[in-house]
Amino acid sequence: MTTPDGASDVKIHVQDLAVAYSDGTESLQGITMDIYAHQINVLFGPSGGGKSTMLRTLNRLNDQADVAAQSGQILLDGENILARDYDVTQLRRRLGIVFARPVPLPMSIYENVIYGLRLAGVKDPATLDAAVERALKQAVLWDEIADRLGDNAYALSGGQQQRLCLARSLALQPEVIMLDEPTSGLDPISTFKVERTLQDLKQDYTILIVPHSVQQAARIADWAAFFLQGQLIEWGPGRQVFTAPKNKRTEEYITGRFG
Amino acid sequence: MISRQVSERIAFGVISLTAVLVILPIVGIIAYIVVEGAGAISWSFLSEMPRDGMKAGGLLPAIIGTLALTVGTAIVAVPIGLGAAIYLSEYSKDNATTRAIRIAIINLAGIPSVVYGLFGLGLFVIFLNFGTSIVAGSLTLGIMTLPVIISTAEEALRAVPQSFRLVSTSLGGTRLQTIRRVVLPQALPGIITGIILGIERAAGETAPILFTAAAFFLPKLPSSIFDQTMALPYHLFVISTQVPGMPLQIQYGTAMVLLTFVLSLNLIATLIRRYYRQKRVW
Amino acid sequence: MTEDQPSSSGIGAAQGVATSSRGARAPSGSLAERLIGRAIQVTGISTVVMVVLIFAFLIREGLPAFVRVPLSSLLSARWYPIEGYFGLLPLIAGSLIVTVGAALIALPLGVATAIFIAEIIPDWARDILKPVVEVLAGIPSVVIGFIGMLVIVPAFRVALDIPTGLTAFTGIVLLAWMALPTVVSVVEDVLDTVPKTYREAGLALGMSRWQTIAKIVVPAGKSGILTALMLGVGRAIGETMTVMMVTGNAPRLPSSPFDIFQPARTMTATIAAEMGEVAQGSTHYHVLFAVGLTLFVITFAINMAAAMVVFRRTKRAERMLS
Repeated sequence: MTTPDGASDVKIHVQDLAVAYSDGTESLQGITMDIYAHQINVLFGPSGGGKSTMLRTLNRLNDQADVAAQSGQILLDGENILARDYDVTQLRRRLGIVFARPVPLPMSIYENVIYGLRLAGVKDPATLDAAVERALKQAVLWDEIADRLGDNAYALSGGQQQRLCLARSLALQPEVIMLDEPTSGLDPISTFKVERTLQDLKQDYTILIVPHSVQQAARIADWAAFFLQGQLIEWGPGRQVFTAPKNKRTEEYITGRFG
Repeated sequence: MISRQVSERIAFGVISLTAVLVILPIVGIIAYIVVEGAGAISWSFLSEMPRDGMKAGGLLPAIIGTLALTVGTAIVAVPIGLGAAIYLSEYSKDNATTRAIRIAIINLAGIPSVVYGLFGLGLFVIFLNFGTSIVAGSLTLGIMTLPVIISTAEEALRAVPQSFRLVSTSLGGTRLQTIRRVVLPQALPGIITGIILGIERAAGETAPILFTAAAFFLPKLPSSIFDQTMALPYHLFVISTQVPGMPLQIQYGTAMVLLTFVLSLNLIATLIRRYYRQKRVW
Repeated sequence: MTEDQPSSSGIGAAQGVATSSRGARAPSGSLAERLIGRAIQVTGISTVVMVVLIFAFLIREGLPAFVRVPLSSLLSARWYPIEGYFGLLPLIAGSLIVTVGAALIALPLGVATAIFIAEIIPDWARDILKPVVEVLAGIPSVVIGFIGMLVIVPAFRVALDIPTGLTAFTGIVLLAWMALPTVVSVVEDVLDTVPKTYREAGLALGMSRWQTIAKIVVPAGKSGILTALMLGVGRAIGETMTVMMVTGNAPRLPSSPFDIFQPARTMTATIAAEMGEVAQGSTHYHVLFAVGLTLFVITFAINMAAAMVVFRRTKRAERMLS
């Protein structure tokens, strides 16, 4: 398989995935695709197309939602994570997620960053301190707030809150970072910071992102998948999908004829 | 035909007058008891045993008894009430079990207090052979208090944004970890408010302890939880209806002590609620 | 493709976290977690168990009454236990008159007070008056009975020029007042849930604020007001101490529903006044439990009916929203 940057491994393989909610809203049908390690994998398309469902199915956050039916396979490093007895807690530590609206937990900045580590049973203060510094640096937030880690997380600006949420996921050193429209509420400068951060992060992590616009999708995608009404319409290297889409509907969406 | 403005003024006038006429006595009753009873209040009134057929001396055994019953009620009601609230808010789905629990809570809230007294008499005093005792009274009051604690605690838990739970879960939190580290701390002020309000109600109750815990008069303080006890509400009932020639000032003084105890709990609950509502970040 | 651990130095530690977390999962997770979850479920279900237990014990102690005392005797008009007369009619009639009377007065007072607090006065006054009304719910009923006895009873005797102020009417007035917090809070909730657009539509049609409230807001909250009425009745029928202290406690069958200016005796007051003096296991003892059982069944029915109204309303609201 050809990739934009030469050799790349498949991190997650999705096979014939179908999800239906019991109230009949957003669902997925017949999704088969790969998510590549150390790449920025983009899921884009009009809202209601199943992108968020896809993310939440990958780390099984959907377990708590009203899912009526689910079939197919999701192989993470070859292991089917949809298996009934799969350890979902462990899975969620390996696949971090950042949501559209920043949701700091009602505690200090420091406690926010180490929240996942505490749950995992890490207690050593030196380890936690080091994790906080590393995660905040990776999220390009360290320089701005290093001297007020004890402040309430809600004292931060919206852009800072979103990077804090990213740092909180990074602190667990997951293998995959999933971001669901992480810049939708941010100003252009904060958005730029987040996008640049992603480029650095892909050295260490696999990135799966639902961008908040087609433009952003085109800017950052190594791989792109176009979702429409629960179906995967087209999937390929970002450059190809955004410059020479194979499917007519993809082209129409990219050129702004609908969506 | 009167104009709209005039009819509105008349209607609002009648409504306002009615409301004021029912709200004013609330303040009035409290003020009246304070005015009539304040003269009886002294350190010895609070710290001495009753003397001369309760016509002199103090309220000590009744105060101690009410405190003991209040603490006992909390010990019974808090764990069960909190557990049930957590179950309803965090665990249960909308199924037959949940509906049965909700119906049970509605009915527990509606059972007359004197019927709780009968139940306590039948189950705790006689069947379990606890006798008329602090323990039987606390269990009875505790069960009676459950619905208040459950509904307020559930409301407080549900007010915690769903997004916090989602974030905690996404970071590898189990349901219990999420409850313990995020949901409970955030709901705590509301839960404490509910507990205090429930216990306040129990502290002022007479009917449920009539046959389960309360004694007309005891020459000494209870020495174990299996002893019967005097209690402020029952004591007020006794001295105002059963003891001829009781000095009025002692009656009002007793009412004032009971009212002060109960309304301070009420005030504490209100203050906690206000304080944390302002402090809340979400 | 299977082993795809990221290679940079930062990620070397990732496995450390993953391992330690896997180790730490056991104590907080799986078994302990499931046990605590189960314990929490048990506390939830225990509420159902309690209702069943209460019912069971009332039946256990109350049912023998129906065996020992013939039904014709229970349904007679004479309550005089010392001589073996266990006619429940005066008690039932007493409870009925006091309760219905209290509910009929409490409802308009409660609705007026709720409208006053929710619609007429400014916010700052609402912040003061709402807690004041809530305080009423916290005043022990024995205190209200006490003041009723010392202040209201003599006042009524003089004002109404009757031989004694210890009458059903005194109980009705005090009970109606005590039911106020329940009625006000339910009605207020209802007024809150009436969509703002209803009001705006009314005002836009040129109706005055009063017309909007009377013709649109209150009718829209009708089912809630019905709930308030039922809960108010439920609260009033179970009230014990106040009633016992101010109604005179004479077990007499009233000659008409308006015969309220004479002493009366309710079911609750009867239990409270007599249970302390009966021998356990005696007929009198079982009959008092039977009275309790009757009260339980009545309040159960009222609360179920109120719950149905509430459930139906939420369902309809959900349908309207979706």
